[in-house]
Amino acid sequence: MNAVKDTWHKPPFIKSPALRYGLYAAVAIYVVLTLATLPIDWDRVSDGMRRAQRIFSGAFPPNFERSGLLIDGFLESLKIAILATVGGIALSVPLAFMAARNISVKPVYFLGRGIIIVARSFHPVIVAIIFVKAVGFGPFAGALTLVVYSVGFVAKLLAERIEEIDFGQVEAMRSVGAGFIPTLAYAVFPQIMPRLVGLGIYQLDSNLRASAVVGIVGAGGIGATLANAFGRYDYDFALAITMVIVGVILVSEAVSGFIRKRIA
Amino acid sequence: MLKITKLTKRYGSGDPVLKELDLTVEGDQLTSVIGSSGAGKSTLLRCINRLVEPTSGSVDLNGTEFTALHRRELRNARRRIGMVFQSFNLIDRLTVMENVQSGRLGYISTWAALTRRYPREDIRHAYELMERVGIAHYADRRADELSGGERQRVGVVRALMQRPEILLADEPTASLDPKTSEQIMSLLRDLASELKLPVIINIHNVTEAKEYSDRIVGMRYGRIIFDDKPGKLEKAEMDEIYAGVPAMDRAEVGAVA
Repeated sequence: MNAVKDTWHKPPFIKSPALRYGLYAAVAIYVVLTLATLPIDWDRVSDGMRRAQRIFSGAFPPNFERSGLLIDGFLESLKIAILATVGGIALSVPLAFMAARNISVKPVYFLGRGIIIVARSFHPVIVAIIFVKAVGFGPFAGALTLVVYSVGFVAKLLAERIEEIDFGQVEAMRSVGAGFIPTLAYAVFPQIMPRLVGLGIYQLDSNLRASAVVGIVGAGGIGATLANAFGRYDYDFALAITMVIVGVILVSEAVSGFIRKRIA
Repeated sequence: MLKITKLTKRYGSGDPVLKELDLTVEGDQLTSVIGSSGAGKSTLLRCINRLVEPTSGSVDLNGTEFTALHRRELRNARRRIGMVFQSFNLIDRLTVMENVQSGRLGYISTWAALTRRYPREDIRHAYELMERVGIAHYADRRADELSGGERQRVGVVRALMQRPEILLADEPTASLDPKTSEQIMSLLRDLASELKLPVIINIHNVTEAKEYSDRIVGMRYGRIIFDDKPGKLEKAEMDEIYAGVPAMDRAEVGAVA
């Protein structure tokens, strides 16, 4: 009677065929239009190739003669990263509690979320430019920048972790008549502790990377050394710095990955 | 003595979960509350210490009217009611001792709580209770290293650390295997008589309820329809407690109201 079907097709991601093909067509037209209207000057591309070649040939072999400068720059970056991570986490923990829907009251929640959104909405380079204007060139501006950067990241993810906690433990602490702070300390904090440590280690690693970038706009660290080397056409020294940055970041990523795996 | 009168709880605008319920518990009785899922057993227990806010009615524990208390008073009053949970609700990442001492959080200062400087008296009491239920050797272990039965013992000790005037247990054995479940039930029964502590247990396992309780309360859709000695719970009463579809029962209520 009923013939059992022997063909099956995965249902399409977008059900309506009109909408589906319409979207494909729109994307295709957009790409074509963009390519047609964007001023792409192929001569400049080939010029650029030559210039890039000059830079690279000037960069080889990398020059480690001024390694003292390089090490100083790196130590400064490391100091910036550590300071920013400690400061950022110290600010992030209370902010995360403020911004967790299940813990705080509505007005405080919106305030907390608002601060996090503001901290997240600007790229570190833009924040760095503002801080360099405000407190002058140097590592202090870099540290302040990365504190803001850390808060935007750590507080947001920590708040989300707080919203996922097992609320039974909070209920238990309420049932024994514990106050607000002890309830947070006993029922919430132990649950978010592994995430906090993981975020802290990740952020240290991330701040080290970002400190190289914000240094270029004058916020100290190895980035400043790198910007100076470029400015003086010392491409061989710049390559040496770049290589060391890549090496250090590889090492720090391996270390942070290892630690985060162990605490999970 | 715990005296509940005309307790009503309504979530949102739906039918009430508890309908003008009266219940009095005194002495060192172990009272089991049975009834199908959705009968309001959990809500009843949580309305007693106001983890759930009752809509109307009165909860009176030894002269304190719980429904009238404000924040700080409520916190202080909650110290007098111990509670044990189905999923234990231990703080997994803290040691057994910290979990046990968390039962005293309503008494010690915030500073003492944060720095773990517990009073000597509390530490001694904790060791005594842990010794009594057989978990003293786990004091320094993390709570999530323990087995289910051991964890519920920690839960019981945490509640007893409060030196409560009454103990509420919300399906304390539902996450445990049958053997462990019996151990916990007999522990609760023994503690009730040792400490002269009234205990109210929500429970699904009727056989266990009959074996270990002094009194059984049967609930159906927000009302108590049976309240007597375990021996009096026969098949007819059981059928009445567990029979019926919720919709029918609600229709009935609607007709009355």
